[in-house]
Amino acid sequence: MSAAAAPPREIEGTGYEAVIGLEVHAQLLTRSKMFCSCSTAYFDSPPNSNTCPVCLGLPGTLPVMNREAVEKTVLTALALGCEIPPFTKFDRKNYFYPDLPKGYQISQYDLPLSRNGRLVFEVDGREVRCGITRVHLEEDTGTLKHAGDLIHEATSSLVDLNRAGVPLMEIVGEPDLRTAEEAREYVTRLRQVLMYIGVNDGSMERGSLRCDANVSLRRVGSTEYGTKVEIKNMNSFRAVHRALEYEIARQLQVLQDGGTLVQETRGWIETENRTVSQRSKEQAHDYRYFPEPDLPPLELDGQYVERIRARLPELPDARQRRFQSQYGLSAYDAALLTASREEADAFEAIAGSGVSAKLAANWMIGDVARLANAHHLPVARSGLGVTGLSALLRLLESGAVNGTTAKELLDELYAAGGDPEALVRDRGLGQVSDEAALAAIVDEVIAANPQVVADFQGGKEQALGRLVGNVMKASGGRADARLVNKLLRERLAG
Amino acid sequence: MAQGFVGRSAAEMAAALRSGEVTAVELLRQAIVQRDRVDGRVNAFLERTDELAETQARAADERIAREGVNAPQLCGIPVALKDVLCLQDVPSTASSRIIRTFRPPYTGTAVQRLLDQGAVVVGKTNCDEFAMGSSNENSAYGAVGNPWDVERVPGGSSGGSAAAVAAGVVPYSLGSDTGGSIRQPAALTGTVGFKPTYGRVSRYGLIAFASSLDQIGPFAQTVEDAAHVYSAIAGHDPLDSTSSASAVEDPFETLRSGVEGMRLGVPREYFVEGLEAGVRQRVDEAIELLRSLGASVEEVSLPSTDAGLATYYIIAPAECSSNLARFDGVRFGMHADEPSLLRSYLSTRGQGFGAEVKRRIMLGTYALSSGYYDAYYRKAQKVRTVIAAEFDAVFEKVDALVCPTSPTVAFTQGAREDPIAMYLCDVLTIPVNLAGLPGISVPCGLSDGLPVGLQVIGPRFQDARVLRVAHAYEQASGAARLRSPMVAEAAP
Repeated sequence: MSAAAAPPREIEGTGYEAVIGLEVHAQLLTRSKMFCSCSTAYFDSPPNSNTCPVCLGLPGTLPVMNREAVEKTVLTALALGCEIPPFTKFDRKNYFYPDLPKGYQISQYDLPLSRNGRLVFEVDGREVRCGITRVHLEEDTGTLKHAGDLIHEATSSLVDLNRAGVPLMEIVGEPDLRTAEEAREYVTRLRQVLMYIGVNDGSMERGSLRCDANVSLRRVGSTEYGTKVEIKNMNSFRAVHRALEYEIARQLQVLQDGGTLVQETRGWIETENRTVSQRSKEQAHDYRYFPEPDLPPLELDGQYVERIRARLPELPDARQRRFQSQYGLSAYDAALLTASREEADAFEAIAGSGVSAKLAANWMIGDVARLANAHHLPVARSGLGVTGLSALLRLLESGAVNGTTAKELLDELYAAGGDPEALVRDRGLGQVSDEAALAAIVDEVIAANPQVVADFQGGKEQALGRLVGNVMKASGGRADARLVNKLLRERLAG
Repeated sequence: MAQGFVGRSAAEMAAALRSGEVTAVELLRQAIVQRDRVDGRVNAFLERTDELAETQARAADERIAREGVNAPQLCGIPVALKDVLCLQDVPSTASSRIIRTFRPPYTGTAVQRLLDQGAVVVGKTNCDEFAMGSSNENSAYGAVGNPWDVERVPGGSSGGSAAAVAAGVVPYSLGSDTGGSIRQPAALTGTVGFKPTYGRVSRYGLIAFASSLDQIGPFAQTVEDAAHVYSAIAGHDPLDSTSSASAVEDPFETLRSGVEGMRLGVPREYFVEGLEAGVRQRVDEAIELLRSLGASVEEVSLPSTDAGLATYYIIAPAECSSNLARFDGVRFGMHADEPSLLRSYLSTRGQGFGAEVKRRIMLGTYALSSGYYDAYYRKAQKVRTVIAAEFDAVFEKVDALVCPTSPTVAFTQGAREDPIAMYLCDVLTIPVNLAGLPGISVPCGLSDGLPVGLQVIGPRFQDARVLRVAHAYEQASGAARLRSPMVAEAAP
């Protein structure tokens, strides 16, 4: 992958284009930490309780590789189309900071676990191909709580090492992105893939998914890169977008004013809506990488890689395309339904249970999505469950209940659960399709609403809706709406 | 109290324990009496663990009563541990100020394996700070005197562990060997010192100096004892990824097989300028004795030997500069309270580390720095590969190598102030660590009244062969094993 793969996208009318590369850190969903048997469920533990001599970096302790972390990194690399070299090793990245217990981070330097992948997605109907330089494996640091915003201004700082040693993937993207929008979409799509393959929980708020960006500007047509600025501390998709928009505008302003940019690290200050300088190039660390002598190199043979490849699920992109062709869905609907693996699985289970794909899609995208949001509960884990929802939609599709009843039942049962068929039977909610019974109600409604009838007969088509509504109401919502419509038209035409 | 077991071997003690001639509690009392009698002069012990030892000795006596001859060989026998080895709740200072107060909440694997056998720990021993040194003069807690002449050094870095055995306090002890830190002090104190193949003994619980070179091993009065300790501590450990998963050979299958028909190599480059005549003479005699026992002896060449020292003094400091980064005053040990983080780091480490440790951290930091890595660290790794390959080639022709352990006998304290002169102490032991080989030093007589050591080196994982050659020499050399004046005083 190279920058040349991406066509130039000029910042409107300026002659410049932005060049953006993202580094994403993703905590792996493993049971235990990278090099010890402490749990990775550190988030709600009391400070420093989720630790042991190894992750505290006590003298004499040694790291032991978490196999599950290696497997999940390989799985990620394969999902991103990376090559897995047969030989990989770990290195020490040396620097002092109180959240780094050993004074070095075990990471990977010159022989990462994977290289040369890609992520392909669309922005405004245009395909963007972003190269993935590498996916490597390392350990997370602890966290600090400062009595001020920055450690050098803090009167005191508290160290919590619960997170220290949690397995962390670093996914380095090529500088193939050109706009803040592309960057946001890249992170969104990457997160989707990671969650699809079950290696990351996707939470930017909790910091299990983190993103840094390298941004520079150059003249359109130039093949040289401009001076690069690294942006840190973007803790949401919105922050990625806004920080990059800000930074691109800032750099453009400097260049248009005839100034020069300095290579530096800047932090995004969400509350002030701007980036501020944190560290210049001169203050950059010399990490003194060298091979980790406490861990033998890893040799990942082809069979091992193929065994892991066999575990790859269908990825969101492919699934979206299949949903379009197999179920005849629009690209938009297919994208919505495949946004998460859980929803896509639910849709397919419902569509496979005898409900038409169209109906299943409409309900999943509409009322089910609304309830999933309201209850913070995807349908698969709701009280109703996928089986219950299938049963309900079958009742609707067979005409046993009408749409109104189905929606009411969905609202009632979504969180609480229950058997829709039994409820319909017990409560007598079945749709009234008996023409004689409905005709009686229709006649009553016509008699009671002479003005509305006159309006309709005078040409106001909408007036019919009010009459239908009144019939539905009088039937306790159970009337077959199509039949009511037919009966009203017959009578009012005469 | 009778001190009849001072200076006796662990095997002799084990037999006496089983016959009921002595109890573990009595052995412990004798060890404590001897320790307290000599240690004002020797300064081998940093921490005395008498209460713990008492409990362990009582438990060992019960176990021997229960299990009789089936009790483990080291059950009930006193041992001393180099202070870089972690023993739960007992201070482990690595002879450094910076972790004077550190009590590890866990026990390292090698030590645990001794405890599982019923070992009785009488204390933690002095050493060069973080195992960096060749004379034990780099300890924050004072130098160690050589039991043969307390004005002289016992060698280093495991000087306290060597001296504790040489002074007859314990029949065996554990040390660690990164560039000769077991073998060289063994040579200088007239004891047996064995560094197993890298990866044979778990490093879990060993406060690291240089991870790719460090190896735990025993000091003992006899090769047989060293073999027993090796058998107890060797073998794969899931907590140390660099420990070998291959099965450990039982050294006793071949220990007494002699050297007849064996091919021994004498590396020309190990008879260097600076090798004392007296040392050379004793070693030549030892090699002659091995020839007389039926071994064939031929001169071999390890041409890159002279690059060993330079290679070592890049790789070991590089690793130590990183390994010692954790001593930052944040979680354990010394903490200097300062108004800023940087100043806290500087003060903690500035006050906590001694001069030699700082020197090596700076050497290593420099060697790994951007722009210097290729010229130093990478090149050193290449030379290391060459050195290992030369050993491999030689071991195509010979079964083991025999040579001096140290170019000199024990020197006077304070005599080597120049660091380079001090580094030359390990010129004959360092290549063995670089190649990850097993090496042993066995006493081969005196020169000017001071002990000389014969070094036997074998191919990787041929630990049993190294013990076998050393044992053959030890048995045939006739002379009773060397007894230091301090042993002689206690048990005339």
